[in-house]
Amino acid sequence: MAQVRALDVVADTQILPIERPRGSALGRFARKKPLGAAGGILVLLLVGTAVLADVLSTHDPVRTSTNVLVAPGADFFLGTDNLGRDLYSRIVHGSRISLLVGLASTIVGTVLGGLIGLISGYAGGKTDLLSQRVMDIMQALPILVLALVLAAALGPSLPNAIVAISIPIVPRAARVIRASVLGIRELTYVESARALGARHVRIALRHILPNTMGPFIVLATAQLGGSILVEAALSFLGLGIPEPYPSWGRMLSIAAAEYAERAPWLVIWPGLAISLAVFGTNLLGDALRDTLDPRLRGS
Amino acid sequence: MRGYVTKRLLIAVVTLFGMSIVIFSLMRLAPGNIVDILFESAGYVDQADKKQLERELGVDRPLAVQYSRWVGEVARGDLGKSYRYDMPAWRIIKPRLPVTLELAFLALFFSILLGVPFGVLSAVRQDRPLDYVLRVLSLAGLSMPAFWLGMIIILFFVRALGWMPSITYVSPFVDLKANLWQFTVPALAVGYRSSALIMRITRSAMLEVLREDYIRTAWAKGQRGTLVVWRHALKNASLPVITVVGIEFAFLIGGLVVTETVFNLPGVARYLVDAILLRDYPVVQNLTMFIAVVVVLANLAVDLLYAWADPRIKYEKA
Repeated sequence: MAQVRALDVVADTQILPIERPRGSALGRFARKKPLGAAGGILVLLLVGTAVLADVLSTHDPVRTSTNVLVAPGADFFLGTDNLGRDLYSRIVHGSRISLLVGLASTIVGTVLGGLIGLISGYAGGKTDLLSQRVMDIMQALPILVLALVLAAALGPSLPNAIVAISIPIVPRAARVIRASVLGIRELTYVESARALGARHVRIALRHILPNTMGPFIVLATAQLGGSILVEAALSFLGLGIPEPYPSWGRMLSIAAAEYAERAPWLVIWPGLAISLAVFGTNLLGDALRDTLDPRLRGS
Repeated sequence: MRGYVTKRLLIAVVTLFGMSIVIFSLMRLAPGNIVDILFESAGYVDQADKKQLERELGVDRPLAVQYSRWVGEVARGDLGKSYRYDMPAWRIIKPRLPVTLELAFLALFFSILLGVPFGVLSAVRQDRPLDYVLRVLSLAGLSMPAFWLGMIIILFFVRALGWMPSITYVSPFVDLKANLWQFTVPALAVGYRSSALIMRITRSAMLEVLREDYIRTAWAKGQRGTLVVWRHALKNASLPVITVVGIEFAFLIGGLVVTETVFNLPGVARYLVDAILLRDYPVVQNLTMFIAVVVVLANLAVDLLYAWADPRIKYEKA
């Protein structure tokens, strides 16, 4: 009996909590930024839906049927559209398009803009002045108008839509990264690298670039929501993702206007999907901004 | 001040010049020139007729010649001709301008009306429940497509109130009340989105200013709270807000492109979409340039306003 007790004591001491910050880094983030964590969950939900779209959907998202404009119910969770396609399955599959186009254009735009910002900020002088002017010029058109004209010039296709949405991001990304490079360039460790005889390319890529990652992640997260919105708007206007891809934006354009009164679900659900996806990335982006880069707060 | 204004003007001119090259090149990227498109819709092609038309429209000339001719026309205020409607583009744009302007200014009005007070309240109640509610509301505004919000509002009006949006445009000079009814809803849909950005900037600017010594002095001498916040603090916090309002204006025009389509308002932005869908490229080219001019002028106005509001700037940057 006494032996058992002793063992119990040993077992107890072993599971005594050790003094350290409670929970993982992720857990601490969630406690400090509940809104950001909610955004993270929404983003995870979006990614999960996109990955598991084939499993989650109950019908073929593109096959038409005679079940036209059926109200939401047991057979069709969110009803059907004017061509008898299951809205729920279309929205589930639409998450792939939104996420793919959103992510791809955000990455292309921010990486391209980031590189321009890096070169412009590091080189300074005439290179900086010239690239700044070019970026100013690119910003003289509202994002959506530039994307619209680009999409029109390139023609409707999935890759073209990605290009059209990513180009307007470039100047905005370049500005953020340039500003951050300007600050880092003057730091002592960069000076010492230079004193050691490191070449410019090495300093820019190995010493400065890694330190711009904070603002870069913040920027990319914030842009992701914007890209999804631009894709929705382009597709809504008929200049984005062509058939047969189920795009949330286009779902609103074909069906909504004509059948809104008879079938309000056609308006409500795709729009809600867009809003939730963008809301999630915005919440997450805001929290990341506060955590990673206090200087950018409110900008 | 003079040096500052000159510099800003120069930058605006350079920007517009660059933009004209970008737009011109983009339009040449599009497959087929306007003549191809015109003949495509006609169904048959008589090569001689086509050559004749190409010569008339000048599309057979070198690109540099076409470009300089276009810039000359735009500089003289000639917005070219719509081949789809077979009339000067300006005659189509002109009656549409008031529609877009009314919508843009109403939306801007709503966005400031909502954005500034809520931003101030959010800052004063930092990290309290009200702050959280307002921040979530503003983020929600940034997350909803303006065109969808518009559709939902229309749907709500139709279903709950039995009100139908007017199908045809009502001029304010014919029926002011009906006109305002028609414009308030789309302006709110666009303005709500823009107000979110204005609110965020107001909030962060106010948070900074509220920590300043002179605000503490104002509190210490027993100044009333409302006066400290709305006069002493807001005055100095308004500079970044002015900037963002200027940026918003450009942003707003982008939003109008879809909103005018949803609400069936015959504005300039919707005409741009129509022209793109009809592949009326000369009109697209000129309208896009027109929008760039408006945006650059708005930015210029903000820069000047900024210099006027903050005396430090004109000495610093001149």
